[in-house]
Amino acid sequence: MVETLSKNPRVTGFATLHRSTIGRKMIMAVTGLIMLAFVVVHMVGNLKIFFGETEFNEYAAWLRTIGEPALHEAWYLWIQRAVLTVALVLHIWAAVTLSRHDVNARPVKYHAKRKGGYATSTMRWGGVTLLLFIIWHILDMTTGTVNPATSHEPYERITAGFDQWWNVAIYTLAMVALCLHIWHGLWSAANTLGWNRATTAGFRTFAVFVALVVGFGFLLVPYSVVFGLVD
Amino acid sequence: MKLKLKIWRQKNGADAGAMVDYDLDNVSPDMSFLEMLDTLNEKLILDGDDPVAFDHDCREGICGSCGVVINGEAHGPEQTTACQLHMRAFSDGEEIIIEPWRAAPFPVIKDLVVNRSAFDRIIGAGGYITAPTGSAPEGNSTRIPKPDADEAFANATCIGCGACVAACPNGSASLFVSAKVTHLNLLPQGQPERTTRVLDMVEQMDAEGFGGCTNTGMCTVSCPKEIPFVSIANLNKEYRRAVKSGRKA
Repeated sequence: MVETLSKNPRVTGFATLHRSTIGRKMIMAVTGLIMLAFVVVHMVGNLKIFFGETEFNEYAAWLRTIGEPALHEAWYLWIQRAVLTVALVLHIWAAVTLSRHDVNARPVKYHAKRKGGYATSTMRWGGVTLLLFIIWHILDMTTGTVNPATSHEPYERITAGFDQWWNVAIYTLAMVALCLHIWHGLWSAANTLGWNRATTAGFRTFAVFVALVVGFGFLLVPYSVVFGLVD
Repeated sequence: MKLKLKIWRQKNGADAGAMVDYDLDNVSPDMSFLEMLDTLNEKLILDGDDPVAFDHDCREGICGSCGVVINGEAHGPEQTTACQLHMRAFSDGEEIIIEPWRAAPFPVIKDLVVNRSAFDRIIGAGGYITAPTGSAPEGNSTRIPKPDADEAFANATCIGCGACVAACPNGSASLFVSAKVTHLNLLPQGQPERTTRVLDMVEQMDAEGFGGCTNTGMCTVSCPKEIPFVSIANLNKEYRRAVKSGRKA
């Protein structure tokens, strides 16, 4: 990757941002923020489950009607899925190529080790964990392939899915990874996009806040099933 | 003080190199780190061994020549240059691991000495201003807002030692480049090249093979001149601005 970057012609505009390290970081930041925006809305939407089975299933059905009558049923969902997929692919592409470039920049390691921040050091493996989780989550809650529920009703899928303790464990692990990913990723994106001013403290605090809210917000649902608040 | 030293020894760029153990007695806590190495070298020379090569020049903390990784930290446990670090920062009988800066663009020349010409080429790419030569102009003829002058000065204190690269888990030169870009882009004298400077310096930084910034902040805690971490945010802001302007040269 070192060679590729050095041979790249120079960045001349936003269309050629991918040619430099900072440009790739910016692509990673913007795509990350797009996915974060979805994740926050997804988390808030999930909380409708506390208003009961009927209202939750109605909410899920309404998601398919967004944009009607201008759009056909579920078109909005497919547009959103396309945008998120493009964002995810670009995010992973930037992460992989930059990581390779970074590893090549330190061919000989130090004998004496020094520790970095915890959230920071989990970005790469945490990202892989999240990718695997996305696949599992789609198979579980979107297609229902691995879900024990007999009907296609979202409410039943959730209660049936989280009646399996190991599935709750998978979701917990993934949400910890998501929390740490946002913890470092959100404020890192702010820095990459040059939003931090005199101090980085503001965005750091904001990122930790968002990370905790998203992590706890998502985990409320499976643990409510576990403790019988939702059944 | 008695010390157990583990030092990277490498004859030249082609040599594989290895860590070598040395025991050193009679180290005064008031010695600088480099004086401790001098003491070791005196002993090595008297024993007929090859002294440990390390870079140094002013020994006042202002030139940026010295710099080794001490127990995993660039310039050691205190936020200063290795020449301004004193042995009282260590305890008697301590094991001290001494290694050169590790980065692909900083190849080892010998032992603890690395070639930092990559930094010079980055400076050559854009770390300058175009100014007429001749006598210095009247200092007050160009007015600069005090906050800008302060920020430019804080960044101008960068001595280009390379500790940021050594400390960064990615071997990134972002803090160094950001210090130069922030310093020059803030001042009126730096305006003609404001756009091309950041594009050219980043391009050179990438071409040299320095890693990318992952915002770990390891650089800024190792920087003997305390270049602020927000300078990297400013580098990114300047980069965004330059890309937006679409200027090619």
